[in-house]
Amino acid sequence: MRLVLEKRAERSTIIALISPLIAIGLTIVTLCILFAILGKNPISALAVYFIDPLTDGYSLQEIAVKATPLVMIAIGLSLCYLANAWNIGAEGQFLIGAVAGSWLAVKTQGTDAGHWVLPAMLALGAIAGALYALIPAICKVRFGASEILTSLMLVYVADLLLDYLVRGPWRDPQGFNFPTTAEFDPVATVPTLIEGGRLHLGSIVALLVVAAGAVLLGRTIKGFEIRVVGAAPRAARFGGFNANQLVLLTFAISGALAGLAGIIEVAGPVGHLQPGISPGYGFTAIIVAFLGRLNPIGILIAGLFLALTFIGGEQAQIAMKIPLDVTKVFQGILLFYVLACDSLILYRFRLISTSPKVQSGAR
Amino acid sequence: MKRALFAAAALLMAGCINGGAWAADKLKVGFIYLGPVGDLGWTYQHELARQALVKELGDKIETTFLENVPEGPDAERAIEQLVRAGNKLIFTTSFGYMDPTLKVAKKYPNVHFEHCSGYKRDKNMSTYSARWYQGRYIQGQIAAKMSKAGVLGYIGSFPIPEVVSGINATMLGAQTVNPNIKVKIIWVNSWFDPGKEADAAKALLDQGADMIMQHTDSPAAMQVAGERGKLAFGQDSEMIKFGPKAQLTSILDTWAPYYIERVKAELAGTWKSEDTWGGLDTKMFEMAPYTNMPDDVKKMAEDTQAAITAGKSHPFKCPVVAQDGKEVECKGGDHLQDGQILGMNFYVKGIDDKIPGK
Repeated sequence: MRLVLEKRAERSTIIALISPLIAIGLTIVTLCILFAILGKNPISALAVYFIDPLTDGYSLQEIAVKATPLVMIAIGLSLCYLANAWNIGAEGQFLIGAVAGSWLAVKTQGTDAGHWVLPAMLALGAIAGALYALIPAICKVRFGASEILTSLMLVYVADLLLDYLVRGPWRDPQGFNFPTTAEFDPVATVPTLIEGGRLHLGSIVALLVVAAGAVLLGRTIKGFEIRVVGAAPRAARFGGFNANQLVLLTFAISGALAGLAGIIEVAGPVGHLQPGISPGYGFTAIIVAFLGRLNPIGILIAGLFLALTFIGGEQAQIAMKIPLDVTKVFQGILLFYVLACDSLILYRFRLISTSPKVQSGAR
Repeated sequence: MKRALFAAAALLMAGCINGGAWAADKLKVGFIYLGPVGDLGWTYQHELARQALVKELGDKIETTFLENVPEGPDAERAIEQLVRAGNKLIFTTSFGYMDPTLKVAKKYPNVHFEHCSGYKRDKNMSTYSARWYQGRYIQGQIAAKMSKAGVLGYIGSFPIPEVVSGINATMLGAQTVNPNIKVKIIWVNSWFDPGKEADAAKALLDQGADMIMQHTDSPAAMQVAGERGKLAFGQDSEMIKFGPKAQLTSILDTWAPYYIERVKAELAGTWKSEDTWGGLDTKMFEMAPYTNMPDDVKKMAEDTQAAITAGKSHPFKCPVVAQDGKEVECKGGDHLQDGQILGMNFYVKGIDDKIPGK
């Protein structure tokens, strides 16, 4: 008797629906064991993680603030991934967008520039992000270079460029050499929505992006092309779809969204340009995109959920003295179970009595 | 959908427990840490002080900390989370928390904040720091005595005034022993990055330095020095375990007396916004035992330490000559004024390098 993983004849729709639930269930069980080992009450720990942040307005705002860049970036990435174009460099596009938009903020600082500054900054951020994303896309289409590698490498280029600018030319003259620009002027700042809170206009933009993504994928020919090129490249070729053009398009869109998210983050919650503006949003967004099944609504939910784990993780540190590392472990476990359960969509367990050929390669 | 379902399930579970019962009348004191509490350097020293605080006043206060809080957009939220959890006195323990702390302080005028090593203050926001340059002057003297090559290796974090004044104090100390002493500086652009710190130490030793001094927080450089049979100075905490044959001394951040004093003031209702810049005399920092050096060097270090503690000697005694050969204006009588040290943005004569970005 042995247990083997066997390929299903077709996708299991039931499993596809319940797999995220199984994953979350397994995560909770694992977490409970972990909390018990740490000597914490698992039920109150889970409540602090997942319920408390949902019960007051402040935490809800903070969840939205944290989810905003994640969702915006992930929507763009999902288009790439659906079209089989692997943009891993959203972090770099995020940073370049932030840099490009900040350029205008720094140049207009202290002048009497009017309300055109912020819209222009956002436009600059999006354009710069798109152009930056087009570099790996063109290298792929024109020279066949792996976009996974080139887009990833460009993250470091962007990071160092930002570093150079805030340590050198753009450094706040009053900042005692600390690597940061001066605080942006009010006209160069994303307005907040609620007095005293940090919820800002960017969250509305993120919702619009989700809606636009849903329309693009669900209601337009371009969206259909993107999905066909990714799911059935041969069929797409017979259909006359230009795969290369779609690589350029999806990279440009995702770069623009990442760049926009970058400048919104800098002109919003941060208020100035400095190193470390992103605690890895561009990479976390990859998790968000897959957790959300590359579906715009799914991504919105996944982004909020991941943000919840960040906020809940902090509250768990405060209220129950649960170390921050547990939050990271938790995020890792969740992704692990999601991917593991997904394999059940295409594969199934089977008990067999003899041992014929071994099926392998469950991915 | 999955989140809603999940939330519903969790709500059911939450029903079984009663809300966290806080001890109502204890003062809540919060801490924001830059690194992990186990960094064995900067954050670790703040954590030790917190533990000492709990030991001293544990029956009257309750403390909470958030570790690994990045100096970016998340800092403001982390600080505000502590406020919302009921903390009335909050220590934010890194320079980069300055603006976030100020923002939250303006929003919550009834909560008191203590920001470490910054320069912005408010009615409810104090600053505190230590005159580490005093310790660095002593280290400079020891280094110049012990270095055979006459070349010191210096690992810098960020070229902010605190670090620049540390380099200057080191050189001024070293020049009293060997006027021709040289220093090589590598900036790692991080407070805590053991990998980069170790690489910097290796590079400095490869370039001919035989002494490692650091203004970064991990013991990685100390380990490298130990492995190579060279000497080094620790930073923030006692690092002798990482280089039993390498550590000459270390600047020990001893925050406990200050924390205890401030919390007592808060308990008594006498807390006021202040700017505290303590030195050897007020034990805001201490020197680790002088080890791995001959007795005469040890004697010299102890004498210098005693003179600085007694206020008889000042590392930035006038005249201070800048790199360009010009004498620096002496605003503080016979030594540089505190403001000149706090905003120091020049190298002294003898440093053959330039401040990045200047």
